[in-house]
Amino acid sequence: MLERTQTALRWLGKGVNDRIWRLGFASRFFLMTVLHSGTALRRFFLTVREIYFTGTLSLVIIMVSGLFVGMVLGLQGYDTLQRYGSSEALGVLVALSLVRELGPVVAALLFASRAGSAITAEIGLMKATEQLSAMEMMAVNPIARVVAPRFWAGVISMPLLAALFSAMGVFGGYLVGVKLIGVDEGSFWSQMQAAVDFREDIVNGVIKSFVFGVIVSWIAVFEGYDAEPTAEGVSGATTRTVVTSSLAILAADFILTALMFRGA
Amino acid sequence: MPQLSPPELLVELTDVNFAYDRRPILTGFSMRIPRGKVVAIMGISGGGKTTTLRLIGGQLKASSGRVRVNGLDVASLDSDELYGLRRRMGMLFQFGALFTDMSVYENVAFQMREHTELPDDMIHDLVMMKLEAVGLRGVADLMPSELSGGMARRVALARAIALDPMLMMYDEPFAGLDPISLSIIGDLIRNLNDALGASSIIVTHDVQESLKIVDYVYFVSEGKIVAEGTADDIRNSDAPYVHQFVWGEADGPVAFHYPSRAYGEDIHAVAGHA
Amino acid sequence: MNRLKFDLWVGFFVAIGFASLLFLALKVGNLSGASVGETYRLDAKFDNIGSLKIRAPVKTAGVVVGRVSDIRLDAANYVAIVSMQVGKQYEFPSDTFATIMTSGLLGEQYVGFEVGGDTEVLKDGDVIKKTQSAVVIEKLISQFMFNKAADSGN
Repeated sequence: MLERTQTALRWLGKGVNDRIWRLGFASRFFLMTVLHSGTALRRFFLTVREIYFTGTLSLVIIMVSGLFVGMVLGLQGYDTLQRYGSSEALGVLVALSLVRELGPVVAALLFASRAGSAITAEIGLMKATEQLSAMEMMAVNPIARVVAPRFWAGVISMPLLAALFSAMGVFGGYLVGVKLIGVDEGSFWSQMQAAVDFREDIVNGVIKSFVFGVIVSWIAVFEGYDAEPTAEGVSGATTRTVVTSSLAILAADFILTALMFRGA
Repeated sequence: MPQLSPPELLVELTDVNFAYDRRPILTGFSMRIPRGKVVAIMGISGGGKTTTLRLIGGQLKASSGRVRVNGLDVASLDSDELYGLRRRMGMLFQFGALFTDMSVYENVAFQMREHTELPDDMIHDLVMMKLEAVGLRGVADLMPSELSGGMARRVALARAIALDPMLMMYDEPFAGLDPISLSIIGDLIRNLNDALGASSIIVTHDVQESLKIVDYVYFVSEGKIVAEGTADDIRNSDAPYVHQFVWGEADGPVAFHYPSRAYGEDIHAVAGHA
Repeated sequence: MNRLKFDLWVGFFVAIGFASLLFLALKVGNLSGASVGETYRLDAKFDNIGSLKIRAPVKTAGVVVGRVSDIRLDAANYVAIVSMQVGKQYEFPSDTFATIMTSGLLGEQYVGFEVGGDTEVLKDGDVIKKTQSAVVIEKLISQFMFNKAADSGN
C-alpha cells in the first residue's frame, strides 16, 4: 500500500517536474527566437516567404469557414431573435460574436491545425534529416535562419486572417439575414454600427488574434525544434502542436475576455 | 599549461572524455590529425565515431580533455569565435542533409549568401565551379528530392566545399551507395583534399573503400582507440579487433552476443514468472 | 517559385487582410460614425441612471447626436453625474430636458434630449438642469400594486 502510494507520488512528481522543465525550456527558446530575430527582419524576404506558406495558403480555408460560420450565425440568431420580436438586431448579434470571439478564436484554431502543424512538421523533418545540424556546422544559427522567420510570419498572418474570418462571417450573416430571410438591410447595418465599437470590440479582437498568433507560432516552432528526430517523433510533435495550441488558445481567450470585457 | 600543439597538426584531441547522460561514449581518447592528410576513423556503429566529429565541430563539449583545431581550444570559444571557426570547416552529413526547400543551386550558394557580400553573378560562377568539381553542373536547377542518393551526396559535398574549408569532415560518406557512386565519392574526397590543400577526417565502417584513399587510420571501439596506423599497417595488422573488422568476421573480440545474464538464467527467470 | 511570385502572393494576402480590417472598422464598427468629428461635453445629474452604460447613445428625435463618455457618483449629494460628448454641429437650448429612456421593452438604455425653447445654447462643460431618471420597472410595479391595494381597501 505504502509502496504503491510512493510510486504514484513519484510518478506525479516526475510528471510535474518534467512539464515545468519543458515550460522553462520553451520560454528560453522563445527568448532566443526573439533575440535572434534580426536576420528575419533585416532580410525580410525570408519572412515574406514564410508568410506565403502560413498566410496566403490559409486564405481559402479561412474564407470558406468564416462564410459558413457567419451564415449559421445568421440562421440561428434570426431564429432566436424573432421570438423576442427583435430580428433587426441580427446584425449586432452576428458582428459582435464574430469580432469579439469567433473570429479570433476559430481563425486561430484553424490556423493551428493548418499552418501550425505544417511548421512543426517542417522544422521537425529538417531536424530529423540533419539539416539543422548542417546549418549549424555552416556557421548559420538555425534559430535565426529557420525558426525566427516562421515565428514572425505566424505572428503577422494571424491578425489578418482573423480579420478576414470576421469580415467573411459578417458577409455570410448578411447573405442569410438580409438576402435570404429578408431582415431590413438598413437596420441590419445601422444597428450593427451603433453597437460595435471600434476601440472596445474591433481593436480588442485584433489584440486577441495577435496574442493567439504569438502563442500558436511559438508552440509550433518549439515543438518542431524539440521534436525527437525520428518519423514517430515528428508526427507526435505535430499532434502535440495542434492539441497544445488549441487548449492554449481557449485558455488565453478566457483570460483576455475577462480582462477586456469585464463589466462593460 | 600543456604543451602547445605543433603547427603541423590541424586537429588534436588529448585525453578526451565524453558521456551522454551517464553513458560513457569516449574515454581517454587521443588523436592527432596532421595538415594535408586524409585520416579515417573506423569502428563499429555506436562506437563514438560521429561524436568525435561533433566534438571537433563544437556541437558537443567534452566533459574533460582538450580538443584543439588550428591551435584553438574548441570548448573555450564563445559562439562568435566558434562560428568563425566553423566557416573554415566543411562537413558532409550521412545522407547529405541538403536543404529540401531549396534548389541544388541555392544549396551550394547558401554559405556564400549567408557569409559573404558577393554579387549575384560572382556567386553564380562560384556555384558552377563547385558543381563542376563534383561533376553535377547539370542538376543546378533541380530540387534535392529529384536527385539519387549518390548525386545528393555529391551536391552536399559541393556545398561543404563552398567556402574552401581548411578541414573537411565526412560522416559515413559511403553508407548506402552503389559501387559506382562509392568510388566516385572516394576519389572526390581524395582529390578535393589535395586540390584545396585541406585536411580530411572520414568517419566510416567501409574498410575496403576507405583504405584505398586514406593516409592514416584510427580504430575506435567502445570509446577507445584500439589500433592506429597507415593503410598498409592496418591491412597487415594481426591485432584481433582490427583483423575481425577488416575481414568482417561475425564473432571475435566484438562479441556476437550483447552482454546479458547467462542464457539458462534468463530462460529460468521467464519460466519462474509464468 | 521565385522571389517575385512570393512577393506578389504575400502582397495579395496582406491587402486582403487590411481590406477586411478596414471593412470591420468602417462598415461593421462605428469608426465612421459619431465617434469621429469634434465634440463638446455636457453633464447631467440623475437620481437614478438604471442600467445606462458608458458609450450609450445620446439621441434627439431618434437621431444619435453623441455618446455617454463617463458616469460617476456625486458623493456629496448621492446623485449620478453623466458626462456626454455631443457633436459640435448640434446646438441645444439651455432649457433642454435630458431623460434616460429604453429602446423597446428590453433594449438598451440611452439618453434622450427633448429640446426646449430658450434662445441661449448649452456650451462645453455646461450642466443640464432639467433631467428625468430612468424608469425602474420594479418601482412601477410596486407602485401599481400599492395603488390597487389602496383602491380595493376603500
